[in-house]
Amino acid sequence: MESLINISYIVASVLFIFGIKMLGSADTARRGNQLSSLGMLIAVAVTLMASGLSYTWIIAGLLIGSAIGVVAAKRVQMTGMPELVALFNGFGGLASLLVGWAEFAKEGNFDHSEYPVFTACAVVFAILVGGITFTGSMIAYLKLSGKMGGSATVFPGQKVINALVFIALLVMGAIFVSTGAAWALYVVIGLALALGILGVIPIGGGDMPVVISFLNSFSGIAASAAGFVILNNVLIVAGCLVGASGIILTVIMCKAMNRTLGNVLFGGFGATSGSTQEVEGEMKPISTEDAFYVLEAAESVIFVPGYGMAVAQAQHAVKELGEILENNGAEVRFAIHPVAGRMPGHMNVLLAEADVPYEQLCEMDDVNAIMETVDVAIVIGANDVVNPAAGDDPSSPIYGMPIINVHQARTVFALKRGQGAGFSGLVNTLFFRDNTRMIYGDAKETMNNLVGQFKD
Amino acid sequence: MELILLIFVFVMAAFLGFELIQKVPSQLHTPLMSGSNAISGITMVGAILAAGAIEGSLGKWLGLAALILATINVVGGYLVTDRMLGMFKKRGK
Repeated sequence: MESLINISYIVASVLFIFGIKMLGSADTARRGNQLSSLGMLIAVAVTLMASGLSYTWIIAGLLIGSAIGVVAAKRVQMTGMPELVALFNGFGGLASLLVGWAEFAKEGNFDHSEYPVFTACAVVFAILVGGITFTGSMIAYLKLSGKMGGSATVFPGQKVINALVFIALLVMGAIFVSTGAAWALYVVIGLALALGILGVIPIGGGDMPVVISFLNSFSGIAASAAGFVILNNVLIVAGCLVGASGIILTVIMCKAMNRTLGNVLFGGFGATSGSTQEVEGEMKPISTEDAFYVLEAAESVIFVPGYGMAVAQAQHAVKELGEILENNGAEVRFAIHPVAGRMPGHMNVLLAEADVPYEQLCEMDDVNAIMETVDVAIVIGANDVVNPAAGDDPSSPIYGMPIINVHQARTVFALKRGQGAGFSGLVNTLFFRDNTRMIYGDAKETMNNLVGQFKD
Repeated sequence: MELILLIFVFVMAAFLGFELIQKVPSQLHTPLMSGSNAISGITMVGAILAAGAIEGSLGKWLGLAALILATINVVGGYLVTDRMLGMFKKRGK
């Protein structure tokens, strides 16, 4: 029986590997996800065959968890995806923490004659990473769902405090490993949870794509650590795969912002609002009527969506306008910056929900190559990712970040709710350019208004 | 010896993970994240073993809590990823 279980774990691991690989390509992604869920089913099913289990609690746990999971997955709006992913991620982290803790609680105390130092280390590590994942993800959830202000929370001495908490964590962990004292473990749990909160509050909403993918990686590492606690191969392999792929996604996100991971995590970017830099020129508004005439004559149009489109829930209206423009003879594309929105690929999900065919979704580099031939670029609630200061103002905090060069298009329409600065607090020099026209108001209403005019 | 073997497995898995995902089109970033997130719910295997233990009360309660959370992570994560991927359609389908 023991070897049957282990062989099945190998099968499950292979399915996870194929699953992740296939998730990397559009044609195979859905099957990949199904394969990996089959792997999970196998892993869980054979675990239930392990000897000496009492099933009442297991069945209760499986039923409750499945019910909540199904309801959450069915009911979530696509605009709510970032916070749901953060929430699930946090649950996974907390589960790993509890698995580590439970292993200790099962024994009551760690007697060194029977328990190797290694297991104690693994327990501390699972709790450390799992705890940070949990509270970090919860803070990310609160920020993403708007239940907590999205801006960075910084205070004097923050880095020193975080460093002290981390050092205290290591010290308490060492005390636990050497003495096996329960109180030391409880302190470790508390400090790990605190560190997750302290680590994420100084990170602004614009940096959330990096944070989410980083925490995703962490949840994998926590599962792997839990695997070392209970000496289980499938946890180690699956957790480690997730940890590695999460890191890669994190690096992609950082590159898209031209920043290092350290800078995102410890920079407190976006905390200083209201940059004092002066920009020459003024923001020139345009009415939707005039915008309509320009669009009617346009032969090539690019939409550049940002977080503002998600907030205004404007994706369906945007898609409708895109269709109308296409029927009107224009070539329509959607240009998506890798860090637009609040999680990696956020805009793609929203536009897919609105049935925009993915051939129309273009990556930044492809669009920039043809930007000079574009008649109208419509910026919908995007800000930093189209700020030309990233390319031409060395004093700008986002200098060096690759952007979508909409300012090279013949005309730019920027949809914006008001005249204030963007999320990062930076002035967007795009809005002051000669070829830019501002359309103020709710993005969804503006879109519907334009659609209405085309229909008349 | 078993310990060394486990660490060996860990290191190999890490390299494999880095190799698996090199070029992912940005439209798949979200499904990749939520799909791999569901995989990290593998910790539910550990939770089952803890919750199903015959003895120990605190450990069982912790195991039960872990099992509920991990199951939410797994079931919800896979379903929502599938729902999302179902929306990525090609033109004309």
